[in-house]
Amino acid sequence: MQPAEVRVDGIGKSYGKHWVVRDVNLHIARGDFFTLLGPSGCGKTTLLRIIAGFVLPDEGMVYLDGRPMNHIPPWQRNVGLVFQNYALWPHMTVYENVAFGLRERKVARSEITQRVGEALKQVGLRGTENRRPSQLSGGQQQRVALARTLVIQPGLLLLDEPLSNLDAKLRIDMRLELLKLQHDLGLTTIYVTHDQEEALALSTRVAVMNGGRVIQEGTPRQIYEQPANEFVAAFVGKANLFAGKVLQTDERLVEVQTDDDLIIRAALSQLDIRAQPGYPVLLSVRPEAMQLQVAGGAPNATNQFTGHVAASAYQGSFVEYEIQLPNRVLRTYETNPRTKNLFQRGQEVILAFAPDDVVIVRNG
Amino acid sequence: MALLFAILIVFILYPVMRVLWIALSDDAGNLTLIHFANFFRRPLFREALWNTLVSGLLVVVFSALLSLPLAYIIARYEFRGKLLLQTAATLPLVIPPFVGAVALQLILGRSGMVNLLLMRWFDMTLPFMEGLTGVVLVQTLHFFPFILLNTVVSLSSIDPSMEEMAQNMGCHGFRLFRRITLPLMLPGFVAGSLLTFIRAIDDLGTPLMLNYKNLLAPQAYLRITTVGMDDVDGYVVCVVLVVLSLLSLFAARKYLGLTEYATVQQSAPVTRRLQGKKLFLVWLLCGAILAISLLPHIGILLLSFSKVWSFTLLPSAFTLGHFAEILFRAPHFIQNTLLYSLLAAGLDIILGAAIAFLLLRSRLPFRNLLDAIATLPLAIPGVVLAVGYLRVFHGWDFPGLGAPLTSSWVILVIAYTMRRLPYTVRASYAALQQVHISLEESAQSLGANRLKTFAKITLPLITSGLVAGGLIGFVTSCVELASTIMLVPRIELGPISYGIYIYMQSPLGRGAGAALGVVAILLVSLGTYLTHRIFGGRAGNAFRI
Repeated sequence: MQPAEVRVDGIGKSYGKHWVVRDVNLHIARGDFFTLLGPSGCGKTTLLRIIAGFVLPDEGMVYLDGRPMNHIPPWQRNVGLVFQNYALWPHMTVYENVAFGLRERKVARSEITQRVGEALKQVGLRGTENRRPSQLSGGQQQRVALARTLVIQPGLLLLDEPLSNLDAKLRIDMRLELLKLQHDLGLTTIYVTHDQEEALALSTRVAVMNGGRVIQEGTPRQIYEQPANEFVAAFVGKANLFAGKVLQTDERLVEVQTDDDLIIRAALSQLDIRAQPGYPVLLSVRPEAMQLQVAGGAPNATNQFTGHVAASAYQGSFVEYEIQLPNRVLRTYETNPRTKNLFQRGQEVILAFAPDDVVIVRNG
Repeated sequence: MALLFAILIVFILYPVMRVLWIALSDDAGNLTLIHFANFFRRPLFREALWNTLVSGLLVVVFSALLSLPLAYIIARYEFRGKLLLQTAATLPLVIPPFVGAVALQLILGRSGMVNLLLMRWFDMTLPFMEGLTGVVLVQTLHFFPFILLNTVVSLSSIDPSMEEMAQNMGCHGFRLFRRITLPLMLPGFVAGSLLTFIRAIDDLGTPLMLNYKNLLAPQAYLRITTVGMDDVDGYVVCVVLVVLSLLSLFAARKYLGLTEYATVQQSAPVTRRLQGKKLFLVWLLCGAILAISLLPHIGILLLSFSKVWSFTLLPSAFTLGHFAEILFRAPHFIQNTLLYSLLAAGLDIILGAAIAFLLLRSRLPFRNLLDAIATLPLAIPGVVLAVGYLRVFHGWDFPGLGAPLTSSWVILVIAYTMRRLPYTVRASYAALQQVHISLEESAQSLGANRLKTFAKITLPLITSGLVAGGLIGFVTSCVELASTIMLVPRIELGPISYGIYIYMQSPLGRGAGAALGVVAILLVSLGTYLTHRIFGGRAGNAFRI
C-alpha cells in the first residue's frame, strides 16, 4: 500500500460556543512523520479524530490522496489508529486482536496466519499469540496495538500519545523502535503528543497547537531555534524570555532595553527588523546558550551580567542553575559538568551569552 | 474475631449444616443418600424440580428480552424522557413480588380487568395468571430490573476506544455489536441473570399467593408446616434448593472470574442524541414499559381504596376503611416491621463493617472463611434458613431468654440480619477499599492511635457506604416473606409481609392486605430513594453480585 498524502483544509470543530479546533490548514507529504504538539486540551486529539473519521468537522475538509473524506465513515478510510490506552480487546487473545482487521477485510485464513505472524515478529512478540492482553506488560501491549494496526497495511498511521503510558526508560527505547519501523515501512504518520522532546526526536515536521489553532509549523530545528512566538518558545524546551523596547539598531546588532532593566544585544542577521527606537520586542535565550564564570571585576562585555547562584540541580549530563540578577531569575545549563568546577549556592557569578544566541521572537 | 465467627457459625453455618445433615443421615445417624433417592423417585418432587428449573430459566429469558433493548437505549442514547424511563425501569423493585402477584390477579387474573374486557369484546379469556404462567409473569415483571441495571452498568463502562478501534479496523453496525460490544457487556448481563435466577427459584411468596404449589420452595414450606418438622422430605427439598443456588452461583463466579475485564475508563461513554422518528419509537417503548411496570402498583392502590371490587373493571365503591384498619385497629404490623427491619439493618451495619474491616485491614488467618460464610446467605433461600432455625432453636431454651428463640420475635430480627448481611459486607468492603491505607497511615504518623484514626479518618469516609448498605438491608427486610411466614411465633408479632399474607387468605381481608402493600411500597420507595441519594449514580451497584 502506497503511503498517503494528507491535506487538512480550514478545519474547525466546536462544541456549543467553544471552538476545540479552528482554522487548521496542514499539508502532510507522503512518508512524513508529522507531529501535532501541544498542551492538553489544545485540540490535537480532536484533530486526529477528525482525520480518523470519528468526529465530523463543522468547517473545512480533510483530503486523503486528494479524495475528500468528511463523509467517508471510519471503517472505509484505511487509516490505522493506535490509541493512547491501546484499546486491546480483553476478550480476545493477542492473535485474535491482530487478526481482527484482516478478518474484517475477508483475507484468506492461511494468509491471515502468515501476516499476523509477520506482524508479531516485526514488533518482537512471536510466541505470545495465545495470551490475553491482560497477561502482557505495558510495553508488550503497546507493541500488540502497533502490530494490530500495521498488519492491515494502512496508508496513514495515526498515533495518539502512544508512549505516554510507558515508564521513562521504555519510552525512549520504544521511541527509537517506532522511528525505525516507520522509516522501514515508509508510512505517512501523524503523531499526537504533549512531550516536546518526543516531538523533536521523532518528527520530520511539527505543528505546535494551542487553543485549537496551529501556532507554528516547521521542522524540529525551526520550531526550537526560531520559535514564532512566546508560546512556542516557552512550550518547546526551556527559554529565558525578555520583553523590552528597542534602544537603537545598527546594521549588525539591535540593542534592547528590557522591562527588568537589562541591556541585551541581539544579532540582526536572522530577522529583517527595521525597528525604530521604542519599538516593543520579545527576546528568547535558551539556557544552554548561557555561560557562567567566576565573578571578578565589573562585567563590561556585551551581554554579561553579574548575579549569584540561587539554586543548582545536578543532572548528570548537565547542571541546571538558577541565577538571581537584581530584578529577575535566569536559568542556565552547564553541560558536561565532569570536567568543570560546580558553582555553590550563593556564589557570585558572571553570566554571558552571545548576540547570535538571542532570538528575536516577536516584534510588534 | 472469635465473636464474629461464633455469631456467623451459630446463625448461618450451623442451621444450614443441620438441614444438610438431616437430609443426608438415616435414623441411626449414618450417612446415606436414601432420602435423595426417594426424592427423585417421587413424581411430585421430580416435577417440582423440573418446574423450578424451567420457570427460573423462563424468567431469565423473558427478563433478558425486556432488558437488553432497554439497557442499550439507556446506555447509548441521550433523549428527553430518559430519566422517566430509568425510573420506570426500577419501579418494580419497590413492590414485593407477592404483593405484585395479588395486584396482577386483579388486572390479568381470571376475573381481572383485562379478561373482563376480552370477555366483553371477544367472548374469550386468556389464562395469564394460571399456574406456572402466572408465576413466571409476576417474577419476570419483578426481577427484570436486576438484569437491566447490571447490563447498563456493564455497557456504559466499556471504553469507547474499544469500539472505535474496531471501526477503525473496518468493523461496524451489527457486526461491531456482535464481535466487540456484546462480549464486553456479557459479564454484567450474566451477573444480573444469575441474581434473577436465584431470586426466582427461592421466591416463596409468589407461588403461595397464586396458589401454585408444585415448585421446590412452596414444597419445602408445605412439607415443614403441614407434615411436620420431622418430615425428612422437607429437608431434602431444602438441600436441593441450596445446591441449585450454589451451583448457579459457582458457575457464574467461574465465568465472571474468566472474563472480568477491568477496563479502566479513559473517556466518558459516547451517547448519541435521539431525534425524530427514532425518538418517537423510543417514547413508545418507554410508555409500554412504564405501563407494564406500573400495572401492579396501580392494581394494589385501587384495591386498597376499594370497598367492592369483583367482576367489574374498576372498584364499584371506594373507602378509606382499609387504611383505618391497618393504621388504628391493627397497627402492630407496621410497628413490628419498622422495629425488626431497623434493628436488623443496624446489626447488619455493625457486623458488615467489622467483617469488612477484618477482611481488608487485618492479616488474621481464616479471613477468607469469614468472608465465605458471610456471603453464603446470598445462596441460601429464606425457606431453608428458616427451616434450619426451627430445627436448631425450637425446644431449646436460649440462654438469657428463658424460652426457645423461636417463640420470640428476636428470631425474626436474627433471620433478617443474617439474610441481608452480604449486602452490608459488600457495601462496607467497597467503601473501605476506596479508603487508601496511606490515608490512615498518614494520620498515624501524625500521632493518632489506631482507634482515633478509625474514628476520625476511616469512619467518616465509609459512613455513606455503610448507610447505603444498611438501607438496602432495611428495604429488603421490610418485604421479606419466605423466612417470615415460617418463623413468626404469634400473629400479633408478625410484620407487614406476614400481615399481607394473612389478610389475603380471605376475600374480605384483601383490601386491608392491599393497604399494607401500599405501606410496604412506600417504605421501600423511601429506602430506595435514600439509597440513590447516597450512592448517587452508582445505585445500580447495590444490586450487583
